[in-house]
Amino acid sequence: MEPATAKSSFPLEKVRAAFPALEREVHGQPVAYLDSGASAQRVLASIQAVDRYERRHHSNVHRGSHTLSAEATEAYEGARATVADHIGAGDRREVVFVRNATEAINLVAHAWGAANVGAGDRILLTEMEHHSNIVPWQQLAERAGAEIDWAPIDDEGLLDMGAFAALLERGPKLVAVTHVSNVLGTENPLAEISRLAHAAGALVLADGAQAAPKLGLDMDELGVDFYAITGHKLYGPTGIGALWGRLELLRALPPFLGGGSMIRKVTRDGTTYADVPARFEAGTPAIAQAIGMASALRWLDALGMDAVLEHERQVADYALERLPEVPGLRIFGPPRGAERIGPVSFEIEGVHAHDVSEILDRHGVAVRAGHHCAQILMDRLGVSATARASFGVYTTTEEIDRLVEGLHDARKVFAL
Amino acid sequence: MDELYRDQILEHYKRPHNFGHLDDADLEFEDTNPFCGDEQHVTIKLDGGDRVEAIAFEGKGCAISTAATSLLTDELVGMSREELLRLPKDFVLELLGIEISATRMKCAMLGLKIVKSASIGQPAEWEDEGEAGDPSEAVADLGQS
Repeated sequence: MEPATAKSSFPLEKVRAAFPALEREVHGQPVAYLDSGASAQRVLASIQAVDRYERRHHSNVHRGSHTLSAEATEAYEGARATVADHIGAGDRREVVFVRNATEAINLVAHAWGAANVGAGDRILLTEMEHHSNIVPWQQLAERAGAEIDWAPIDDEGLLDMGAFAALLERGPKLVAVTHVSNVLGTENPLAEISRLAHAAGALVLADGAQAAPKLGLDMDELGVDFYAITGHKLYGPTGIGALWGRLELLRALPPFLGGGSMIRKVTRDGTTYADVPARFEAGTPAIAQAIGMASALRWLDALGMDAVLEHERQVADYALERLPEVPGLRIFGPPRGAERIGPVSFEIEGVHAHDVSEILDRHGVAVRAGHHCAQILMDRLGVSATARASFGVYTTTEEIDRLVEGLHDARKVFAL
Repeated sequence: MDELYRDQILEHYKRPHNFGHLDDADLEFEDTNPFCGDEQHVTIKLDGGDRVEAIAFEGKGCAISTAATSLLTDELVGMSREELLRLPKDFVLELLGIEISATRMKCAMLGLKIVKSASIGQPAEWEDEGEAGDPSEAVADLGQS
């Protein structure tokens, strides 16, 4: 089979050169990093942007009128504008910086949940959610006395839209759904989900942690009310992510955490709160990381998200084509096609996922093994763990070849 | 490369000893490897006093966790609950006889942790890595249960 470089104009060599970590060797071989779904490698432009900021421009934001504080503030607010631009948000005030997608969801579960969810109210989740889009809602349900419904998936790993529509008839206050599954690679029809949910009177929060690195986003087109992303899956630093929310919705919410920056005025009698997004950014934020995230997004934008999607699809399709060559291998999630983008999870009869990943590591191939923070889904699939290969802008078909070779070896080690 | 997956480990993985469930168990406990969600369930029948007469385990797991618990359960008949609690981590590591990396330590220790938890009837407070939380400290809990 031809490598992707031969049949595509995607500048793969140039892209790979932008990721210093790809020069690493693991067990004497160049690392084949197939764990970008857990955390993507860091793009050099972003590493350098963080370094430049730390060396020359660091100060606290929104505090002093001195030059360094003004520079830091400009860079931090510029980062917000970049994120807004990248995700197709209409207004940069709709972007709240948080630690990660998990914190973004917790923010909504606390701030929106406290004001809008009471005893007997319902929240609709799907069976394919990451724990980050389950646990905050379970905690909210416990606090408020609310109920959770689970929209099922079909045997291919697609959301059962008929069952979803039926569950909407129970009148949930909110639908919380992943845009792209971190296990199955399913891309959910978010625009349709939003339309149905809104018609039933529910708001929609989408977990975009896996989708954002692969898809060009437009919040208006998706029709969602809240969208959560995380920087470290977007080739940026850890400790930074963003919540997008519709402006009028965010403005109606009470604060999440209290402290500096999020106030308008503090008196002995009480405090009035700042307008959004400052209201949700208590304390000194992760300034350098926000700048690093924005730099990574600009790098992605220069590459073009259409080209990124095409490359990712090509790599995933190649993996879906080659993996079944391994005897006893079962792939989870939809087959090749429009509804699949993202990671490929699998199991091999007779070799536990942990052992698969341990043996692959000795070939320099990094994959993740475990429940992928999706135990509800594991339960639905009838497994306790899977191995998962997940891809990035730098993934090559040659790395998929090495994955397949490693899997053949795993069977050999287990005398299968 | 095959040091970790040498024949003895694979043999215990493919055909684990003491695999199953004792319906007339006096002690039982079930726990999960939080790293991956693998579960094991241990059942222990006592001899009328305080000593293990029979032990069985069931569950899904990797080669390391399955082999470790298979090897461990071969050694426990005749031991008192206090002796179970005093078993050090090295007891399992020596049975395995292979180098266990930090990431696989939770796999190797799952069975021992469950056996100790079963003997006190509650989760044994115990760090999988490092020196902290020597499992023998749990002996103190035995008096209270």
